[in-house]
Amino acid sequence: MIKDITLGQYFPGDSVLHRMDARVKLLLTAVFIVMLFIAKGIEGLAVGIVFTVAAFLISKIPLKMMGKSLKPIIPVIIFTAVLNLVFITTGDVLWEWKFIKLTRDGLDTSLFMVIRIICLICGSSLLTYTTSPIDLTDAIEKLLSPLKKVKVPVHELAMMMTIALRFIPTLIEETDKIMSAQKARGADMETGNILQKAKALIPILIPLFVASFRHAEELALAMECRCYHGGEGRTRMKQLKMSILDLWGTLFCMVFLAGVIAVNYFTKR
Amino acid sequence: MAIIKTEGLTYVYGEGTPFRKVAVDHVDLEIEKGDFAGIIGHTGSGKSTLIQHFNGLLKPTSGSVYIDGEKLWDDKAKLRPVRFKVGLVFQYPEYQLFEETVYKDIAFGPKNMGLDEKEIDRRIKETARLVGIPHDILKKSPFELSGGQKRRVAIAGVMAMEPEVLILDEPASGLDPKGREHILGMIKEYHKEKGNTVLLVSHSMEDIARNVNKILVMNDSKLFCYEETAKVFHRSKELADMGLAVPQVTRVFDRLKAMGIELDEDVYTVKFGRDLLLDKLSKRKAEQN
Repeated sequence: MIKDITLGQYFPGDSVLHRMDARVKLLLTAVFIVMLFIAKGIEGLAVGIVFTVAAFLISKIPLKMMGKSLKPIIPVIIFTAVLNLVFITTGDVLWEWKFIKLTRDGLDTSLFMVIRIICLICGSSLLTYTTSPIDLTDAIEKLLSPLKKVKVPVHELAMMMTIALRFIPTLIEETDKIMSAQKARGADMETGNILQKAKALIPILIPLFVASFRHAEELALAMECRCYHGGEGRTRMKQLKMSILDLWGTLFCMVFLAGVIAVNYFTKR
Repeated sequence: MAIIKTEGLTYVYGEGTPFRKVAVDHVDLEIEKGDFAGIIGHTGSGKSTLIQHFNGLLKPTSGSVYIDGEKLWDDKAKLRPVRFKVGLVFQYPEYQLFEETVYKDIAFGPKNMGLDEKEIDRRIKETARLVGIPHDILKKSPFELSGGQKRRVAIAGVMAMEPEVLILDEPASGLDPKGREHILGMIKEYHKEKGNTVLLVSHSMEDIARNVNKILVMNDSKLFCYEETAKVFHRSKELADMGLAVPQVTRVFDRLKAMGIELDEDVYTVKFGRDLLLDKLSKRKAEQN
């Protein structure tokens, strides 16, 4: 069923990673990405792998969920691997067929790239798995708030994101209902060529469009009734708070970053 | 032969997840051709899930559904014809309108059936008359209409398929009393004219009592009973325990009986109650004289 799609990926839990401040997690994810990209060789990347695995174990997220977030990028991984294998032609030749030459260097690089992408996806999806979408948008708003000085509408952007996230499940439910209703009138969405299939979407998309405009109008009215007037002077029920955990998390992350830099420095290229 | 028959029909939402919920639990049911049945049950009792099995929108977790003697889900290709045979009108059906004109929207179902232009035109004209949509509205966009009109157009869209069974999920919800009356009246008219089977899901006992001749009661995912209206409302105590109420007028007459007034029949419509009371009073008057 269509409801099974995970969009907001938050996986509720009570691990150390869950309890950390969303702002800190967001910044540390950026540090993590830097860590992966400054690693020059497989040795440096190994430190990144250890960090990813450690963070994963701390988060207590089931392995199945990780597989779920990796699944959509499998084509990208295969594409990168093949590209590197085929186009890097330096080093010892391992296998040759007509114009295709597989070399030692090509194999090394493509492995390196694949591991890097997998670490990148796993590590950054830990952020969305352990942080609720609302906390995440709050964190983004807080982190971007200095930009208010240069007239960037930070609060408005964050509010838009929150609303969009809030309405994803509502619209999925609505789609489900409309699909059932049109199927009950004999709409056929499974057979036919691409053109026919595209045409079959019209009876679903138009009511869905109408519904989202209706939701938007109702929400705007409800917000106005409660005197919403933007971010100025607005307080929050749930304050983001930093704790000692965040300090430890940051230290932990920095140690690994230093590790990667050290490995880079000491291994000869 | 029963037009709708279920055997051990069970449906479970979210099997294998922590959110697992049994929505329909071993329902054995036979609905005869020509029945006008009401379906009642409190929110979350499995009514809506149950009716979505009758036209093959949901696949039973276990058990089976037979429409006109034919088992559903044995052959997936046969599901579409079943949807034309069993027309389902969802709650708030006006949200499914999408065409440029009312005429085209009503034509959507019949067109999917592969009927020719002439037959489609005949059906649209006929259902438009039945649901009370004037001719000039047929050319309008469905988005220009009022709420009640939209509702009628959406119901007409299903009726135009001329299904042998018409199922309506809360067709009158969210309308004012006049709109309610109109929709229910037109459903009753449809049943009378076509003699087709009609199932009506509703929360309002008054609406049910006034229209249907049989009632299906769902309680806690299970079928409580499927019997004649009078028999069901006779079990007012059990219904009350389920959190369902019998019609107000039935409660009034139950109280009268409790006060020692002898009444031989159960009352569940105001009209019938009035006649019964008048009859009783005139008899008493005759005795006094």
